Amino acid sequence: MSAFQPSEIDRPTLARDRSAADADLKSVSAALRRAELGDRMRSLLLAAPLLVLLALSFGIPIVLLLSRAVYDPTIADALPKTTAALAGWNGQGLPGDDAFAALAADLKENQVKGTAYELAKSLNARLPGARSQVLKTVRKLESADGQAALDTMKSVPFWSVPSTWPVIQSGTSSLTSFYLLSALDLRWNADGGIERVPPEQAIFIQVFLRTFFVAASVTLATLILGFPLAYLIANVPKGLAAILTVAVLLPFWTSILVRTAAWTVLLQKFGLVNDFLLLIGVTSDRLDLMYSRIGLVIAMTHIQLPFTLLPIYSVMRTIPPSQMKAAYSLGARPFTAFRRIYIPQVFPGVMAGCMLTFILCLGYYITPALIGGAGDQLISNFIANYVNVELNWEMAAALSFILLVFTLALFGIFARVLGLDRLKLV
Amino acid sequence: MSAGQTVVSASANQGFVEFADVEKSYDGRSFAVTRMNLAVARGEFLTLLGPSGSGKTTTLNMLAGFERPTHGTITLEGQPVDRLPPYQRNIGMVFQNYALFPHMTVEENVGFPLSVRQVSKADIAARVGRALDMVRLKQFGDRRPTQLSGGQQQRVALARALVFQPNLVLMDEPLGALDKKLREHMQLEIKQIHTMLGVTIVYVTHDQSEALTMSDRVAVFNNGGIAQLGSPDDLYNTPQSSFVASFIGENNTLEGVVERVSGGECRVRLNGGGEINALAVGVTQGAACHVAVRPERLSLTAAAGGGNALAATVDGRIYLGDHLRLLARLANDQVLTVKVGPEATMANGETVTVSCAPNDCRAFPADAGTGGAIPKQGKMQ
Repeated sequence: MSAFQPSEIDRPTLARDRSAADADLKSVSAALRRAELGDRMRSLLLAAPLLVLLALSFGIPIVLLLSRAVYDPTIADALPKTTAALAGWNGQGLPGDDAFAALAADLKENQVKGTAYELAKSLNARLPGARSQVLKTVRKLESADGQAALDTMKSVPFWSVPSTWPVIQSGTSSLTSFYLLSALDLRWNADGGIERVPPEQAIFIQVFLRTFFVAASVTLATLILGFPLAYLIANVPKGLAAILTVAVLLPFWTSILVRTAAWTVLLQKFGLVNDFLLLIGVTSDRLDLMYSRIGLVIAMTHIQLPFTLLPIYSVMRTIPPSQMKAAYSLGARPFTAFRRIYIPQVFPGVMAGCMLTFILCLGYYITPALIGGAGDQLISNFIANYVNVELNWEMAAALSFILLVFTLALFGIFARVLGLDRLKLV
Repeated sequence: MSAGQTVVSASANQGFVEFADVEKSYDGRSFAVTRMNLAVARGEFLTLLGPSGSGKTTTLNMLAGFERPTHGTITLEGQPVDRLPPYQRNIGMVFQNYALFPHMTVEENVGFPLSVRQVSKADIAARVGRALDMVRLKQFGDRRPTQLSGGQQQRVALARALVFQPNLVLMDEPLGALDKKLREHMQLEIKQIHTMLGVTIVYVTHDQSEALTMSDRVAVFNNGGIAQLGSPDDLYNTPQSSFVASFIGENNTLEGVVERVSGGECRVRLNGGGEINALAVGVTQGAACHVAVRPERLSLTAAAGGGNALAATVDGRIYLGDHLRLLARLANDQVLTVKVGPEATMANGETVTVSCAPNDCRAFPADAGTGGAIPKQGKMQ
């Protein structure tokens, strides 16, 4: 295997040949680059329809929606005069009468344009209780002008509470950090610093923690159930493996709503699971499986099992039986062989399966809504509530954004620890 | 070390590994291995040779501990090992697909058997270094197996199976996945290592030329049993059955009926005409028989006194550089292969006389060993 040594060839000839060869090589590599560029363009062209679809249906909507978490021009658009009047205010105490007059004028303007309710709703999102106050003031202002309008403003105590005006001032800026901070149970305090909201108002951190805890529990449960099953499927004869695979995939063929509904039948107080537990005497009382954390985890585990199992199975299938035989013959006891030969090789599959399940669990919505109790609602339920019921898209966007950041951070950690190329999804 | 000497010394301390009446059945109806009696001597290179499904791999797996005999006992250095799991047998094994651990470097692979034996780190490094040196892969220690060629991977597997100094090394068609040139090179390398270390090797292959090249003794397997056990020389020159005669090397087989048996010889009347004299290997008068004769034992020159002679026409010439193969068609339309010097001038269609000495013809009972079918593989290597 020794390298070819051109020691016997006379030097000048060699040097001349070499420079000619270098020039040749350069033109060859340039031609190669051109050819490769053509190939790359062709493959890009083939992928183009998908990329366009992704951008239109996924990328742009996400950016637009998430931007609402930080960009909310409703108040600034509705209160142009107030915006101007508050521009120089230092945020201490109450602003001057000019600000009251400007607000009164703006409110009247909104009433005329029919946008008063929208303004009230938007202020209410930042300052609970503001909606009724705004609407009440607007009604009172209908027949008042000039000094009368100013008096009307002063007569509503809400406008003379010092904490009202900083909120209005922050609303006059279209870019806001209010919703993102709220999603983390934080707010600006009067001194311009960030502080935690009072405990009775803090909800989201707890909901995020609950979401991650439920996702982690479900992931662990699917791993405990799925790993041995994947091992079995990977190591039984082909026919049996096919039957087992179908059994695992069967739940995929019914909708998640149907499966959740099936679990409500099983788990309810007078359902089959409770009947059975009483029959075999495990419990003496009927358990609250429905509308509880345990029921939620059971149902989610059932739905998520294939997602954890399949990546693990696909990696296990590639490990030939001779690997373990070799380990035994080299003196490894079964447990040692399993730990040092088998586990490291299936680890990428395990991580991929667990990550898939964990991330999917973070977005669960129907199952917690139907099976979970009031204390088992996950972050997606709150997002859905803000979108569907409260019509507060800004808050929904902020919560989605925080969830996305957490998820990406987790994914980044996984990828960093494992190396993305080692993740084997299917 | 010639094969002959080894066999003599082998018989002196028989029984390093012994199979006594070993049988293996997977389904309870048919046997993968039947009535296996086999003794392997210390330091011997024994090859289990046979077509696929003949029971050689099952035999190896029972010895390694991956399969349990249904009946009978296997002893290793006088100790029965039937109840011993594979990881307590201290037997090195090399697999056809190498079975290297892809998540470990070459060094970690070779060090694995030492680390599970709680050998100290420094000791492991030294012994792994020596083992990799032996297979000339020292500079590849920190690579992954997938970054090596097939031949290099198999050398790693070899080093890994030898590094913990087992007394017995099993090899299951270790060269089956390599191309011909590399295979021949690796055969020599394995043989050298065997000579150097004096380790006992049981080697499984379906390639008869590989078996002849490497082994001290070869056990030819057929239908779950050993058809013949002997040195390569024995198997080639004095096969005891029609199956062994056709499985080892190339052979012409003539069918006929035994006219009479006298002493060690017999007279055979060939089907379709002609009579020849042959050595009698277990044939009885009046029974159907197969007469086997090697292509290089046939000649186209008139036989010396008492030789067999058959009239034939040349039906084809195959030029092979150092020699020439002539296809000679007999009166009964059977075609014999005759190996002659490259200078032979016979043209197609020419009438010739094929002759051979009776000592080079071996007559076997027609039904022994083969069950009729003679496997194709390994015949024309």
